[in-house]
Amino acid sequence: MTTEPAAGPTPLIEARGLTRHFRVGGVLGHKTLHAVDDVNFSIGEREIVALVGESGSGKSTVARLLARVYKPTAGEIYYQGRPLSRFRSRKELLAYRSDVPMVFQDPFASLNPAYRVSHGILRGMALHRPDIPRDRRREEAERIVASLGLDPAGDVLDRYPYELSGGQRQRIGFAQALAYRPRLIVADEPVSMLDVSVRIGLLNLMVQLRDERGVSVLYITHDIASARYVADRVMVMYAGHLAEAGPVEEVLQRPLHPYTRLLLDAVPDPRAPLPAEQSAEPGEPPRVVDPSPGCRFRWRCPLAVDVCEQVTPELVQLRPQHGAACHVAAANLGVAAQARTTNGG
Amino acid sequence: MPDAPVLEVRGLTVEYDTAAGSARAVDGFDLDILPGEFVGVVGESGCGKSTMLFGVAQLLSPPARVSGGSVRFRGQELVGMSERELASIRWRGISVVMQSAMNALNPVKQLGAQFEDVMQVHGERSREVVRQRSEEVLRLVGIDTVHLKSYPHQLSGGMRQRAMIAMALLFTPDLVIMDEPTSALDVVAQRSLMMQIKELQRQLGFAVLFVTHDMSLVSHFSDRLVVMYAAKAVEIGRTRQVFEAPGTPNTQGLMDAFPSLRGERVTLTGIPGSPPNLLDPPTGCRFAPRCPKRFEMCDIPPRLYETGASLAACHLHAPAAEEAVR
Amino acid sequence: MSATLLAGAPGETETPGRSRRRGFGLLRAIRGNRKAMVGAILLVVFSVLAAVPQWFTPVQDANAHAFGLMLPPSAAHPLGTTAFGQDILAQLIYGTRQSLVIAVVVGGLATVISVLIGISAAYLGGMADGVLSAVTDIFLVVPTFPLIVVIAAYAGNGNTVVVVGVLVVTGWSYGARQLRAQALSLRNREFLESARVRGERSSYIILFEVLPTMTSLILANFLGGALYAVLTAAGLQFIGLGDNNSLSWGTMLHWAQSNSALQTGQALWVVTPGLCVALLGASFALLNYAFDEISNPALRPVRRPRARRTRS
Repeated sequence: MTTEPAAGPTPLIEARGLTRHFRVGGVLGHKTLHAVDDVNFSIGEREIVALVGESGSGKSTVARLLARVYKPTAGEIYYQGRPLSRFRSRKELLAYRSDVPMVFQDPFASLNPAYRVSHGILRGMALHRPDIPRDRRREEAERIVASLGLDPAGDVLDRYPYELSGGQRQRIGFAQALAYRPRLIVADEPVSMLDVSVRIGLLNLMVQLRDERGVSVLYITHDIASARYVADRVMVMYAGHLAEAGPVEEVLQRPLHPYTRLLLDAVPDPRAPLPAEQSAEPGEPPRVVDPSPGCRFRWRCPLAVDVCEQVTPELVQLRPQHGAACHVAAANLGVAAQARTTNGG
Repeated sequence: MPDAPVLEVRGLTVEYDTAAGSARAVDGFDLDILPGEFVGVVGESGCGKSTMLFGVAQLLSPPARVSGGSVRFRGQELVGMSERELASIRWRGISVVMQSAMNALNPVKQLGAQFEDVMQVHGERSREVVRQRSEEVLRLVGIDTVHLKSYPHQLSGGMRQRAMIAMALLFTPDLVIMDEPTSALDVVAQRSLMMQIKELQRQLGFAVLFVTHDMSLVSHFSDRLVVMYAAKAVEIGRTRQVFEAPGTPNTQGLMDAFPSLRGERVTLTGIPGSPPNLLDPPTGCRFAPRCPKRFEMCDIPPRLYETGASLAACHLHAPAAEEAVR
Repeated sequence: MSATLLAGAPGETETPGRSRRRGFGLLRAIRGNRKAMVGAILLVVFSVLAAVPQWFTPVQDANAHAFGLMLPPSAAHPLGTTAFGQDILAQLIYGTRQSLVIAVVVGGLATVISVLIGISAAYLGGMADGVLSAVTDIFLVVPTFPLIVVIAAYAGNGNTVVVVGVLVVTGWSYGARQLRAQALSLRNREFLESARVRGERSSYIILFEVLPTMTSLILANFLGGALYAVLTAAGLQFIGLGDNNSLSWGTMLHWAQSNSALQTGQALWVVTPGLCVALLGASFALLNYAFDEISNPALRPVRRPRARRTRS
């Protein structure tokens, strides 16, 4: 299927029908915010998958569902084939957490300001690396930090967060994740709060992690150009739904969903010639509270037709490995958009 | 005869007092802005671009202070002006849109009330004029005038940012200074905002001084570009020219830090190392320690050399050095 | 907390600075702030008096009726003697210990309770928060002084432990409210999420992740509690609810009052303990200024400015 890696063994992570709703409107609120609705994807070993979307698309919620900050309202996440809801004991959950850690967006807020930056790494090792005795933990922390380019490692570890630059703090964030020897790092917009000239270093770091250590990364971002730079596959999210998914070059050079095209057009590229004027006001993503059926992009979509208002499109494969949730795109390629896919999903 | 510049900055120097001495966050900055021009200022974090902006707008607070140079707005010297004199220029002549300006809106007041506040503080008493003008500026930025009665939290991030720009235009200033106004927005909202600003510029004719760390953002919108590094301006020129033929390895490095959407997928490196400590900057070219093209001449500080139509502070363009390199 | 606020808005990156050891932030804040300096000096003076009272007066037992009655100030008795023949200065000096100990113990215990309840309420949220907040509110709303009087009167004929107990019970709720509010504002900070994602237990997060970022507020709470204790304990003892045979400033005031000291020209007997109460209370209040500064940079005067970063 389009949101899966090429055929092979059980994927590392598989999400089926993943849904998360929040109650809004105060204590007696009856309204439901549909942050994530019926999302299916999987992530394999040794790959970087980018999850792209604007704010409000639900991408951060997906990250938190994977990192077990929230439990899904519906649907299930399978880790190496086992559903997470069956991980009940603290021990099992800890084992999952050491395989799937998270790196946060704000490099400053994600470090406790009251402690030196070594704190999170050492605590992480205490919880997840029983193989390292207490007196060797510091040494291991220094090794990890040095391997991420922070030098001199011992000195950096003894600093407080405010004494480091944004790029350095974010490397510490990655060091915390690496201390667990993870299989998959969920990186929630890890570079968007960093200066542009610092981003490349961290993006290269993620590629290095995949190539040299075999760690997969779920790279969540709103910057589609950086997604192209690091990712093998890309998934585009809009208003809680997956709009499009497929190999990164394929999706970016031949986008199927009008939203993907909108995102691509919005990216300024200094090396490209001056773009044509943008005609209409592109609008903004909706807050999905108690939504009606139908495509959630229809108000901003230049191609919307009647069926878009009545039937919510599902993600279907329209080209090899490449799928989109769009009635118009499906119709153009001669496929019915509501058809359920052949395996899973 | 060319128009007189709206803003003339000469030798602007801003110092920060610290327990360990004074650091020059801006060291001898020169810039002219012509009416209606869009000037972008880019550079790495710590290069002094925001400080320069605040220095120009006379908005520095201790421990930072303007320690030298002049800033002339329409011929009037701003450095050393009292708060009262500055107040008459602020908002009417020069207005400022800050980073994350959307958080600068008072959360407990309606938008219209805040516009009214601004106008009344700067001398416009008539309720009718205030209302009309508020509606006009909202229309200019593409916000429905019904939102004059809205509270900030009822508007999206992009709308709040546009509301701030509307506020900056209440008195049709000659110069709008912007400090990374788009950094908190998504890419689609960013683009839309930039196009809006350009359109407003065309309609109203104000000049823009725009600071950002995102070069690709300004590449399509600015007329001229200033690149700053370690408190100094290292390159100035027409934007297209700077992009097509970057005059300094620093500028080249900044441009190379952007993954491209189209074209080849190559590994980028950014600029290795980190900016110098401004308490004790290097004596020669400040970028030399990180420069892949440094040579002996780089031990003396470069001046701005002419390279075609731009100016670049790099010895690679010094007339004699050109021959040595070849 | 100081670190969070020193560094400014997220998104601003910094050039890496020299590493600074943090312990001296507090001392520097005190040194740099005149009010706090005065408070610190007073506290040190009182602490010394409480620790080694015998160095400051030749009198061994300040309660003994050893001297002439109602003597005016003289070289032997710098402040004169009471109606019972006790050296007033000696009483003051020896009485320091009890007042200081009550202040510190009550301040400490009340702070511990308010920290536990306030921060747990904020972090646990939901039902737990509801229950804990309701309990806090009840204690907050009950009129404290009448409650104190009733309990103290009931609980026996004047026992310092009872006084301490009563003060703690009535003094923790205000701080709990404050700390809860502060902790609530921290609840969604990413470093707490990071700790959760790491797999830490809630109890660990409350004690070791939330608490350390609130130290200055907690210390301020302690000082406020100590101040409250000094004044209220003196008040209780004054109306006779403390241990009248013990030696403290409050009991001095009690005996002075019951002997109509002011009317009989023994003003020093009344004024001096009252002054001491005020001074000790003031020392806590003044020290609080230093903590205000640490926790709120906006209150810092621009003295020797230390900008460690250059803005881009």
